[in-house]
Amino acid sequence: MTHDSMTDSDSGTDTQATDGGRESLASNDLEGSDPTTEPLVDSSIDVDGRSDAPASADRTVIESNDLDVYYDDVQALQSIDIEIPAEKVTAIIGPSGCGKSTFLRCINRMNDLVDAARIDGELLFEGKNVYDDDVDPVVLRRKIGMVFQAPNPFPKSIYDNVAYGLEVQGIEGDYDEIVEEALRRAALWDEVKDQLDSSGLDLSGGQQQRLCIARAIAPDPDVILMDEPASALDPVATSKIEDLIEDLAEEYTVIIVTHNMQQAARISDKTAVFLTGGELVEFDDTNKIFENPEHDRVEDYITGKFG
Amino acid sequence: MSERSIDVDLTRTSSGQVVKERIYKWLLFGCAALTVFVTASIIVTLAADALTFFSMVSPVEFFTGTEWFVRGDGGTYGVWPLVTATLIITVVSAIVSVPTGVAAAVYLSEYASDRMRSVLKPALEVLAGIPTVVYGYLALVYLTPALQWVGIPVSTFNLLSASIMVGIMIIPMVSSLSEDAMSSVPDSLRQAGYGMGATKYEVSTGIVIPAAVSGIFSSFILALSRAIGETMIVVMAAGLRPRMFNFANPLDNLLSSGQPMTAGMVNAVTSDATGGSATYLSMFALGLTLFTITFAMNLASDYVAARYQEEYQ
Repeated sequence: MTHDSMTDSDSGTDTQATDGGRESLASNDLEGSDPTTEPLVDSSIDVDGRSDAPASADRTVIESNDLDVYYDDVQALQSIDIEIPAEKVTAIIGPSGCGKSTFLRCINRMNDLVDAARIDGELLFEGKNVYDDDVDPVVLRRKIGMVFQAPNPFPKSIYDNVAYGLEVQGIEGDYDEIVEEALRRAALWDEVKDQLDSSGLDLSGGQQQRLCIARAIAPDPDVILMDEPASALDPVATSKIEDLIEDLAEEYTVIIVTHNMQQAARISDKTAVFLTGGELVEFDDTNKIFENPEHDRVEDYITGKFG
Repeated sequence: MSERSIDVDLTRTSSGQVVKERIYKWLLFGCAALTVFVTASIIVTLAADALTFFSMVSPVEFFTGTEWFVRGDGGTYGVWPLVTATLIITVVSAIVSVPTGVAAAVYLSEYASDRMRSVLKPALEVLAGIPTVVYGYLALVYLTPALQWVGIPVSTFNLLSASIMVGIMIIPMVSSLSEDAMSSVPDSLRQAGYGMGATKYEVSTGIVIPAAVSGIFSSFILALSRAIGETMIVVMAAGLRPRMFNFANPLDNLLSSGQPMTAGMVNAVTSDATGGSATYLSMFALGLTLFTITFAMNLASDYVAARYQEEYQ
């Protein structure tokens, strides 16, 4: 599985495409060529054509209405309205400090752990406001898995890492089977099947991140949140994670925060662009955002004139 | 390239600087070496006097004897009654301090709000700063009567009361060192746990404690070394009558008085025994034994810390 996907994805080409994309963006910027006449992003980047399907047919799984977030007196998000479709990859991009991670952490209420955070407005998961008083964040987080920026496996064995969610959530069943299945889906099984008892911390960074993905999908959540999951990884490991995300979208709703625009273009169906000040400026099909965005500010950001 | 030459003077401005640096270096080295020198001298002195003692009393008798009876300059010197009393104190104080200390550390590190922590941590440090003679007094005057009042038939001087008080004394040590270990667990691990739908209790017990286990364990060992070496509380509250461990009635050992090794040493030095007599020198043999035990425990602590230390990125 792993070896196959490595050759299929020709990670080398992907990396080159990324570099090429950056160069062309930079030269566009310098020459001041009119970006509307040509695709903003190098067409060698595969947008996968998945977003060709009409957006209206998608079921909305997460929806926010007029969502404001404050850290003490600083407003981190300004009345965010978004409808995130089920079983698609939705990318959230934007410059540093634009609130994209804040938004992601609102979805599974990880911001509850930050004392200074205050949230106004609605965030609906399957139609239920997760900030209602009767919602237990622990139960919510069992339905919404999360993968973090830096790999953070527990100092336990590989097996116990994957089984952790099953244990705390009291899931019954054949753990051996579930653990194997999760590791297979995370494209890690072949590499670790002979060392399930060794520590998760002994793996390489890329393997650790795939272990974290396996850990997140083992309890079979509905949604997987990813907070810049590849930013701490090298290009080869990044490419594996990206392949994995595309596979995951067949069964899960994936919401991924990334600062890498090429990554968003490669793997996502829908893209949300947050800009400084915590504002959601544009949310549309990824093709549309990268080829013909409606807002000039989004265009400036994507072409590298800003941010 | 450039013909312009600036007059750069790279020579040392004053030769005194080098001498000063050298003096600083040796001064600092002296302070570091002093501690090593003092430690070494203590070991040598202990060993020398202990050897003199062992020329009067055979080591076999000392290390296998089950009776410690001192009268004047002579007596019977079997170390086991003292060792067993020390062990009782260590075990009971561990039973008191380990669960309480770890629970307090979990509260401070995981549950307490910043305000609560800012009140509790100094309070714990005050507990650690109380002179042990005060603890000894409290054990003798309040704890022992309180134990009798609730119906535990302890004698006036007893090991139970002394052990509980030693346990209370080392709680701050266990909790503060354990809390340091827990606080240094990376926050990303807690986030991962919460992200998986774990409760605070599950994160604390299932992730933070296992991740900090090496630090927590070495806090136990350091605190118990402290308990083994504790003197004042046991002298005041446990009594000065050495009794061999009563295997027939183990509970009786707690309820009645006993004399641990440290108290035995105090007894030797405060007795009428003349300098150079076996009784006087027995202090050094006991000291060396005690030193060996605590030293071994500190080595064990280092080993455990190194063995179970997790490397985080």
